[in-house]
Amino acid sequence: MANAQTGSGNGLKLVLAWGFVGIPLAWGVIKTLVNALKLFQ
Amino acid sequence: MALASFLDRSRTIAPPGFSRWLVPPAALCVHLCIGQAYAFSVFNLPMTKLIGISKAGPDDFTIPELGWIFTIGIVMLGLSAAILGRWVEEGGPRRAMFTAACCFGAGFLVSALGVSVHSIWIIYLGYGVIGGIGLGLGYISPVSTLIKWFPDRPGMATGMAIMGFGGASFIAAPLSVWLMGQFATATHVGVMETFVVLGIIYFCFMMVGSIIVRVPAEGWKPAGYMPAAQPKKLVTDQHVFVYQALKTPQFWCIWVVLCMNVSAGIGVLGQASTMIQEMFPGKTAVAAAGFVGLLSLFNMAGRFFWASLSDYIGRKNTYYVFFVLGIACYCFVPYTGEVGSVILFVLACAIILSMYGGGFATVPAYLKDMFGTKYVGAIHGWLITAWSVAGVIGPVLINYFRKYNLDSGMPKRDAYNNTMYVLAALLVIGLIANALIRSVHEKHHMRGESLADAIDA
Repeated sequence: MANAQTGSGNGLKLVLAWGFVGIPLAWGVIKTLVNALKLFQ
Repeated sequence: MALASFLDRSRTIAPPGFSRWLVPPAALCVHLCIGQAYAFSVFNLPMTKLIGISKAGPDDFTIPELGWIFTIGIVMLGLSAAILGRWVEEGGPRRAMFTAACCFGAGFLVSALGVSVHSIWIIYLGYGVIGGIGLGLGYISPVSTLIKWFPDRPGMATGMAIMGFGGASFIAAPLSVWLMGQFATATHVGVMETFVVLGIIYFCFMMVGSIIVRVPAEGWKPAGYMPAAQPKKLVTDQHVFVYQALKTPQFWCIWVVLCMNVSAGIGVLGQASTMIQEMFPGKTAVAAAGFVGLLSLFNMAGRFFWASLSDYIGRKNTYYVFFVLGIACYCFVPYTGEVGSVILFVLACAIILSMYGGGFATVPAYLKDMFGTKYVGAIHGWLITAWSVAGVIGPVLINYFRKYNLDSGMPKRDAYNNTMYVLAALLVIGLIANALIRSVHEKHHMRGESLADAIDA
């Protein structure tokens, strides 16, 4: 009953879904990293 | 009727060709929202000036009053995860995520009303009770679904979702501060409008997760995946009913393992800012804030790293690493103070916090190994009570010992030494509990009708 993991239509969905959660998370991580660098200044 | 049909578990069964890699973003949609709880403290100071505006007025809320909002929220998280775990498991992830979105969003809106009429009790009801139920439902809702989609890498799958909970504050804190800045006027601090906007944003974001999420069809396996011919000693292919799991010593050993790991980590995390300033005089509050941010990054990264690693070295071994390496790190922290090495101090604390996050993220897969997949979400819900207890033990211990040391005339920079040894002792208890874990006796396994009913559900 194994199915193909990724159909051709899945590529766009994957980019959108991961972008939807990844972009805000990356923004937050970068902001936190910049603040964290103050520890070593 | 249409909504009930949309939320029904049968409507979420994935069609052939569905990519399982769409499920982690669905889980992250929920966890990136509910993890906002870690950043709720950004509202504390503005909420003490709702009336006084520029400074706290006599009728304004006090910090101790506001502290209860978060506490009630975390207690409700534990209670709702435990009590509603079976409902989540049997109703499917979409219904649970939808309900979590409604509760978490509504929690903010009710709190906005509380701010508007200046009633702390309405805020307790809003963010604390209603929002707290959303926290609990949201936290456990994607766990078993992810485990079923990733039988080959359950640790990595749940690690991704729970990483989102750890990283949510990175988004929530700056977003909340920015929103309050936009809504603030000379006569208004902007908290009420910020709550309304956050409630709507979080509801929409979580709804996207509930729309995307799918459960695999019965019997589905990843392409090329072959279950081990020789089952591993501590990995069962059987299933244990949620209330039966509570009767096993294994559940309570894992409960102690999680509780001790979290207690020790919270002890450091809660005092990180003051600890670095007192152990290393000269470090400013700005540098200390940077230190806390760095620890939060390691807390988040550790959730993914350690949970993923557990797929290769096993869950029990992963917790052995947490406890042995953790004991070494806690005992090493006083030495870093003695030699005045900030770098070594930061390194030790970063490793500790990575393992604190790793403990949260690895435990669902540990439960799956011991009790099977059928009720792992519900069992995880009950295990969350260990977090609630740890939330009391860790801060109380570190505060008590720090005060005791200072009252005994110890210099501030040395006041944390004994505390670190006490936290290391907690890890020794966790190490023993982990060593006691054996595979679950077959008398606890589900059989015949009960298993068929669970599969039908």
